[in-house]
Amino acid sequence: MILLPCPWCGPRNVSEFRYVGEPRRRPDVATTTPQQWRAYLYNHTNAAGWVREQWFHRTGCRQYFGAERHTITDEVRRTWRPEQAPAGAEPLLGVTDRAATTEAGPDAGGDVL
Amino acid sequence: MGVGGAHDGSRNGHRPTARYSAFALFTRGLRKSPWPRAWRAHDLRPSYDVVIVGGGVHGLATAYYLAANHGITDVAVLDKGYIGSGGSGRNTAIVRSNYLTPEGVRFYDRSVKLYERLSADLNFNVMFSQRGHLTLAHNDSSLRTMRWRAEVNKLEGVDSEVISPEDIKRLVPYMDTSASARYPILGALHHPPGGTIRHDAVVWGYARGADAHGVHIHQGTEVTGIQVARDRVTAVRTTRGDIATPVVVNCTAGWSTLISDMVGVRTPVATFPLQAAVTEPVKPFLDTVVVSGSLHVYVSQTDRGELVFGASVDPFTSYSMRGSLEFIEELAGHVLALMPSLSKVRLLRQWAGLCDMTPDYSPIMGPTPVEGFYLDVGWGTYGFKAGPVSGESMAELIATTKTPEIIATFDLARFADGRLVGEKGAASVGH
Repeated sequence: MILLPCPWCGPRNVSEFRYVGEPRRRPDVATTTPQQWRAYLYNHTNAAGWVREQWFHRTGCRQYFGAERHTITDEVRRTWRPEQAPAGAEPLLGVTDRAATTEAGPDAGGDVL
Repeated sequence: MGVGGAHDGSRNGHRPTARYSAFALFTRGLRKSPWPRAWRAHDLRPSYDVVIVGGGVHGLATAYYLAANHGITDVAVLDKGYIGSGGSGRNTAIVRSNYLTPEGVRFYDRSVKLYERLSADLNFNVMFSQRGHLTLAHNDSSLRTMRWRAEVNKLEGVDSEVISPEDIKRLVPYMDTSASARYPILGALHHPPGGTIRHDAVVWGYARGADAHGVHIHQGTEVTGIQVARDRVTAVRTTRGDIATPVVVNCTAGWSTLISDMVGVRTPVATFPLQAAVTEPVKPFLDTVVVSGSLHVYVSQTDRGELVFGASVDPFTSYSMRGSLEFIEELAGHVLALMPSLSKVRLLRQWAGLCDMTPDYSPIMGPTPVEGFYLDVGWGTYGFKAGPVSGESMAELIATTKTPEIIATFDLARFADGRLVGEKGAASVGH
């Protein structure tokens, strides 16, 4: 069992979350070849060590967020909201328009960690 | 000495160093002479014809069949731990061939056939018990998949039949087959040739057989790099020194991505832990393997009386082999839904093994763009069942450099070409 610190709700049991996986840049549907598309669909880094990945707080705030986890020890050393991604991190999937709405939303600004 | 004699004498035949038999047991008992080691430790040679990475059932079976079927004995099997310490010693020891695709059925049925005569072939009792295998259907869609599987199985000559709840009750009297169950049982796929086997014995038997043919088994030898020159494998770097070799076979599970990455071969593998558990021993009451996909659980009783439970893979990728409390709570609830009378039975222990899941739940076997680097990976939750047939076909591939028909469909290029062999429908439990 690991505790996952949700950037909105604080540390919660991992069973509250859904694992989304490593965010990968989707190729442009109009120009991609079938081979490139399949490589995007199927290939994973599957690294043993620190990885940056995406999670979803299924039974909590129902928000997507990023996390840095060690895949051998399951230790999590940082998590972030989509708009606060560290430099070099892939943008989270399915939350491209969220940054603007979150800034204006009721929970903007307050860190409840 | 019993029958068998000196080590060199065994190279021509399949006979291991010291033959195990009732007579040998009797005479050794009288003489009080110790049995020779089943396999030996060796110094690392500077070169081998074939280096196999991973000393589990796949690696050892490949080495054994290379020597026994093709006369290639200059072979090293490397394991970073001890042999059988990975998936081969962590699975729930279930063997079956009631798969969904014709390719899968043919492949796993060959494995069952090899398992059936393995004790005799290896002169090592692997305790294969073909007690029958039941996959329960709790809803219409899974019953439909059972019928589909039964028809594909029958076309391929594999004994499988959909049976009614009354028939299930006759086979497993302690199961709750009533309509008032939380998830009522509508039927089951019954697969009589399926059963359980002693997985450690399979590993030890292949190790002993391979050793008798002159294969070197190197335990505690971790591969740290693979050298490639002009798209050809030339050497393997290990924690005990370098080995020059033209052929490297990746027979690892869990760590297969790390080995493939060493030569730059990308595989569509994601590693998930799968947890299992075992109870204290109870009197024999369950003589079939019971699987419920909807309840994510499979149950069998060992010869010692313990109940072995397995489940689906964990909900996120990881290389961690720790058990979790959520898993054991959920598992216990599901087992009790099937067999309420087990409520007082205590669990002894739980553990996890690593499963290399592929997009289509079929393995990745065959050559790669790097000459001399072969894959036998991506076994997901089916690896142990496929041990013998994988060893046999990988050995044939390496010896002849021609891909055997039985594994042709499992090549790495199928993912780029879009030729998936969808085997998820034959998974014991939903993933």
